[in-house]
Amino acid sequence: MHIFKDTNFDFLRWRWYGFALSAIVIGAGLAMILTRGIPLGVEFSGGTNLIMRFTAPVAEDQIRTALQALPHEVQQYGEAGANQMLIRLPQTQQVEQGANLSADVTKVEQMLKASGLPAFKIEGTEIVGPTVGAELRRQAIYATLLSMLGITAWIAWRFRVSFALGSIIATFHDVFVTLAFLAFFRYEMSLNVIAAMLTMVGYSMNDMIVIFDRVRENTRLQRREPLESAINTSLNQTLTRTVITSGTVFLSVLALYLFGGEVLRAFAFTMLAGTIATTYSGWFIAPSLAIMLSRKPSGVPVRAAADSAAAVRVKPEATQAGAVAPPPARKSKSQRKARAT
Amino acid sequence: MSNLRWKLITIVAVFVVFFGVGVYPILAGRYNLPAPQWLRDMQLKLGLDLKGGVHLVLRVQTDDALRVKTEQDSARLQEELKRRGVPATVTILDVTSFRVDGVPPAQDQAFRQAAEQEGVDFERSTGTNGTYTFRMRPNVAQTLREEAVDQARQTIERRVNELGVTEPSIAQQGADQILVQLPGVSDVDRAKEVIGSPGMLELKLVEQGPAASRDDLLRATGGVAPPDMEVLAGSGDVAGGGPLYYLVRRVAAVTGQDLRSARVQLDENNMPAVGFTLNPTGAAAFARLTGENVGRSLAIVLDDTVQSAPTINSRIAGDGQIAGGFTQEEAQNLALILRSGALPATLTYLQQQTIGPTLGADSIRAGVLASLAGLVLIVGFLLVYYKLSGINAIVALVMNLIILLGMMAYAGAVMTLPGIAGFILTIGIGVDSNVLIFERIKEELEAGKGVKAAINSGFSRVFLTLVDTHVAGFIAAAFLFQFGTGPIRGFAVTLTFGLISNLFTSTFISKSLFELALSGRRQVQTLSI
Repeated sequence: MHIFKDTNFDFLRWRWYGFALSAIVIGAGLAMILTRGIPLGVEFSGGTNLIMRFTAPVAEDQIRTALQALPHEVQQYGEAGANQMLIRLPQTQQVEQGANLSADVTKVEQMLKASGLPAFKIEGTEIVGPTVGAELRRQAIYATLLSMLGITAWIAWRFRVSFALGSIIATFHDVFVTLAFLAFFRYEMSLNVIAAMLTMVGYSMNDMIVIFDRVRENTRLQRREPLESAINTSLNQTLTRTVITSGTVFLSVLALYLFGGEVLRAFAFTMLAGTIATTYSGWFIAPSLAIMLSRKPSGVPVRAAADSAAAVRVKPEATQAGAVAPPPARKSKSQRKARAT
Repeated sequence: MSNLRWKLITIVAVFVVFFGVGVYPILAGRYNLPAPQWLRDMQLKLGLDLKGGVHLVLRVQTDDALRVKTEQDSARLQEELKRRGVPATVTILDVTSFRVDGVPPAQDQAFRQAAEQEGVDFERSTGTNGTYTFRMRPNVAQTLREEAVDQARQTIERRVNELGVTEPSIAQQGADQILVQLPGVSDVDRAKEVIGSPGMLELKLVEQGPAASRDDLLRATGGVAPPDMEVLAGSGDVAGGGPLYYLVRRVAAVTGQDLRSARVQLDENNMPAVGFTLNPTGAAAFARLTGENVGRSLAIVLDDTVQSAPTINSRIAGDGQIAGGFTQEEAQNLALILRSGALPATLTYLQQQTIGPTLGADSIRAGVLASLAGLVLIVGFLLVYYKLSGINAIVALVMNLIILLGMMAYAGAVMTLPGIAGFILTIGIGVDSNVLIFERIKEELEAGKGVKAAINSGFSRVFLTLVDTHVAGFIAAAFLFQFGTGPIRGFAVTLTFGLISNLFTSTFISKSLFELALSGRRQVQTLSI
């Protein structure tokens, strides 16, 4: 069975459309972020989060009225029947003092009790002082950037510098596109979202290495083939693999998004957006960048990397050896381009 | 085919070991299956976000330790100068430095000798006009800070153990932070009080007082406390007014360091109180102090607050009591704090998180359900798309998860939400590895190779790709582990284990299974892929 067989899409021809689309998405995302800011989760912004479970249904507005005197946000948490509410208070005290850290929790508790709402129980609280929020934010960003640099150095060493540059720019692209999605749908930046971003960066790099690896193999086999067509061939050859891998990840994360509950929702959403961004950039952004960066200033394509160990093999006429494989359903052009063996 | 036999034996052995360590303890815990205790202890632990509990991040104010050192050393230098007859004044500048003024030129030599004797841990500036500045040596300050954090961690550990929390985790984080995780605890306030109280017990002679205000107290001494004395406030409010004030000796006769034990008992009014027993050194000092000062008051000072100031009726040897209108719980907390020793520096709370048990259980149930749904989708797809070879991929995938669970359980790693992210990444990369290999085998078959040759070259060609992708993953994980904290580290650990197990399952196990499937037949014409 084949999803794609002998395709010959010219991915590189679409690069300008790809760049334009990315620019629009990222631009809109940035505009959103610049005007409205990235909503930060409590672990980064500092402040207090309270999850309360009421014994009877309560409307968000009832809580808003009860807590009028405090700056806060209220939002239903979990399923409708659970009567759970998330109450969020911004950082109030500038000085960190051990005893005062939970002062806001006590205040909310008292105000809600005084207001005559149904009885409630505090299911969870999260209180973050101002310095630790800033520290966590900085550390998360450093860790991510450094790990990206590390992978870039590895790609540069194993493949070529232009590939490494292409892939790091593409990974940044993926991060920004995902951020744009997060900004549009008003998801909060939290450590769980960062973990999802890291997973996504991992996939993105993985995708690109698979493609570059194929390019390396093809350029060894077809030394006179210009890099453009080698890349195009490789993208087509790995197309089925990319679709299957991205598809399975997408589906399992979709399950997480639909059934994973409130805590995992932001995480799963980030992964969904990230998977789309990664797959797309693996086709339209990273390879095109690698090509453009490989050109010498004069515009002459750099000759494909030579590896003396690799012998140019003659491509044999393919026979349908896998007897089980049914005839291809999709467009089956007979041109077997640079079939590897 | 003995080669294949060994491969299969290896696979079964790996399965047994990792299943035993990673999966069996979980099943045993859930369904009450027989398992030795050491194996039960291996059970993969859930992080607080899944299990419920209290998560606290504290900062050790290491400056406190430096301040104490500066105060002590400068005081000793002053004594020494006095003894040598050098008329100089010592002023503390900040936490790490002090200044000596007014050393007469004639006595410079004597001053230098005194400074060399008492000021070894400080750098002395060259004196101009008899003024010298002492600054703590950086390495000394550094050591003091490290010791303070370490001692604080140990003290917190003792206190948490006394609280009776099961499987607490107390770890240093960064230079001066301590992360305390208390699974299953819901009373944050008590935990915070017990952990964060300085617990500094001092017994000091009362020189003057009690009085209703600071001014009343100091009227006799002309408005200022004498240099070797200080004013401390009492604990309770007195009949509507503020606390009582006491003028006490600055130097404590006996401190909490001389304590052997502390326990809750009742005072003469049948109120809860904390009784303590001193060790031999403390008992000797206490006996001398009480013997010499019968009729006077002794202030029992806890964290610079006078808890009570009973009158000394007779010479007391080794036992004492702290009364002060405690509730039963306050007395219990205080006894616990005194038993576990004082903190070397004050602690401030930076972060606090409580997760109710239902909240954690909800996320586990949802997470497991969603992961299973995802897994079923993947398994279904692999079977439909790769047919019989799909079984091979599924076995590899399941083995991958079992090995990953086993490695995490063995390493004592904790399962958190970001850890689940690491699991998903592992499943994704595992599927990717199999897809890469299978697609390659298909290509080789279409290119006219025989089944065995296609499988061999499929695996050997993709192996290089896998090495490249996995090394990239290792590099990422290494950086995340090195520079990340808490959950990000957990993610990096899961990712590393996942990459190792995946490299093994997707190349070794998957290939051996192909060999097994083909081993019975001499001439293989078709492959279900």
